[in-house]
Amino acid sequence: MMNVSKTQNLLEVNNLQVNFRTPDGFVTAVNNLNFTLAQGETLGIVGESGSGKSQTAFALMGLLAGNGVIEGEARFNEQNILTLNEKAMNRIRSKEIAMIFQDPMTSLNPYMKVGKQLMEVLMLHKGMSKAEAFEASVKMLDAVKMPEARKRMNMYPHEFSGGMRQRVMIAMALLCQPKLLIADEPTTALDVTVQAQILTLLNELKDDFNTSIIMITHDLGVVAGLCDKVLVMYAGQTMEYGTAEDVFYRPTHPYTQGLLKAIPRLDGDDEKLSTIPGNPPNLLHMPSGCPFQARCEFARERCGESMPPLEEYAPGQLRACHKSVDGWVA
Amino acid sequence: MNMSNNVLMEVNNLKVHFNIKSDNAWPWEKGQALKAVDGVDLTIYAGETLGVVGESGCGKSTLARALLRLVPITEGNVVWLGQDLTDLDKKQMRSKRQELQMIFQDPLASLDPRMTVGDIIAEPLKTFRPELSKAEVKAEVRAMMDRVGLLPNVINRYPHEFSGGQCQRIGIARALILKPKLVVCDEPVSALDVSIQAQVVNLLKELQAEMGLSLVFIAHDLSVVKHISDRVLVMYLGNAVELASKRALYENPQHPYTKALLSAVPVPDPKAERGKKIQLLTGDLPSPISPPSGCVFRTRCPHANEGCAQQKPILKAISSEHQVGCSRLAELP
Repeated sequence: MMNVSKTQNLLEVNNLQVNFRTPDGFVTAVNNLNFTLAQGETLGIVGESGSGKSQTAFALMGLLAGNGVIEGEARFNEQNILTLNEKAMNRIRSKEIAMIFQDPMTSLNPYMKVGKQLMEVLMLHKGMSKAEAFEASVKMLDAVKMPEARKRMNMYPHEFSGGMRQRVMIAMALLCQPKLLIADEPTTALDVTVQAQILTLLNELKDDFNTSIIMITHDLGVVAGLCDKVLVMYAGQTMEYGTAEDVFYRPTHPYTQGLLKAIPRLDGDDEKLSTIPGNPPNLLHMPSGCPFQARCEFARERCGESMPPLEEYAPGQLRACHKSVDGWVA
Repeated sequence: MNMSNNVLMEVNNLKVHFNIKSDNAWPWEKGQALKAVDGVDLTIYAGETLGVVGESGCGKSTLARALLRLVPITEGNVVWLGQDLTDLDKKQMRSKRQELQMIFQDPLASLDPRMTVGDIIAEPLKTFRPELSKAEVKAEVRAMMDRVGLLPNVINRYPHEFSGGQCQRIGIARALILKPKLVVCDEPVSALDVSIQAQVVNLLKELQAEMGLSLVFIAHDLSVVKHISDRVLVMYLGNAVELASKRALYENPQHPYTKALLSAVPVPDPKAERGKKIQLLTGDLPSPISPPSGCVFRTRCPHANEGCAQQKPILKAISSEHQVGCSRLAELP
């Protein structure tokens, strides 16, 4: 096993680019993505549908669709996991990096008992015997607060509610105590009270196992409760990156600002919601320059000419926008 | 606020039960009743927005459909402007439908993929006002499209060419073209992205003010409901547990379920979100086929005692704008 020294980052993503060959031409789903993740840190990737947040996760797990092409590198423990072959990647999946999928209804095998699906992971990766795997699985179901865990091992996924199935998914992801957990919209399909249970659980696991988490979501409230760092994506590009405090209290990119103002809030007043006009661009016909320009109230000629680089705006806070700190300089 | 003389709709003890038969039941065996809505009373006033919130399986969509008689009503009645809708036959009900419209959750699935946008929006006009000439219909459709923010040059396009937000605008145009009095919106924005959601919510609010509509706005997102509603009904397992003005409900929730629901909503503010105390509910939603006796929430309620299993609580007014369905309300902390 490789040991991670303290100063080292667990995951370093450099210039990640995900393209898809489609009958209508090349589509760039993720464009020039960079971020680092330290052990125990939680990164939130926020964006609307089509922003490339899920494809980032699939690319890291080696689960891209057949027409997907990856460029760039993702160094996990110093090793570029994007170029690994299937066999090597299978050793990393679940053991080192695990993923929780959005839809707990369709991510479990309906023909297999939940217990068997859990035990399989341990028998394959840790070489445990059936009996050992059974006990370890029960223990993990207990850890994710599944009531009557032992009895539930013998049940099929359809006998579980949505929240329970998501717990099974989380238990499965954590069986081998991965260093990195990628959660792709883990609570989107769930009700708020169940979402609260799952988020509380993830927060506890983060503390107990010191797991790094990449949390992919469109819900800024979820990010606010869980994440240390936030990366805001729009049409495949990184718009803003910073600590949760920076991004929520001092958003600097017009898109982040617009997004934060557009969500109705439980703790706010109920004036008219401010909106971001228009629609996200079609990835097949991307405008030149900044993808947000058509909807941006500050857009100038320059924005149509070139994509602004992702630059440091304040210490630790990056932003891709041509607009300078105090508005536009003539 | 005295609104008693502009009552649009009154719902009395509304029950919608579905008959569920297991696959291997004998033909003469009776199925079990799934109590989707189990005795809801409410009043809808002219020009107001009534928000209905609850989690999946609480019966909010069934309630919405029952208001328009789109599902068979088992018991109780729905009185629309003094007339009991449950008494009407099919033909009479059909003529009422121009006053009662609906906007659906899935914007694309609720539009016929083989009809152009113009035809979709014009269809209600052709059905209910056949006396209009083609040119008049077209003029009305264009005016409506303009009103909901659709460009006139998309009139001959098909639904698949539009994004979710645009499709929802088409659905809104179709619902409003007959100038209805009441529009039931079943999760109209939950399938949309945040930035698009705000556009559609604002549009609905504007149209409501302009046309004097009453809205029943069903959603699971409490923040959106707070934003758009005047009064809010909270449902749990087919029952109304709390009905109050927006201010009363969000600032001073009384029912233990409402409290848990509100505390669970994540707030986009890191310090507030990390510092807040979430009241987690234990367990899962019971089956609506065999709901708990007495108060349906008692199996998950932190304050339940034996008395809660005996009698089903009814909504009781604690102020002029606040009704709560909890028998132990006085003893709650």
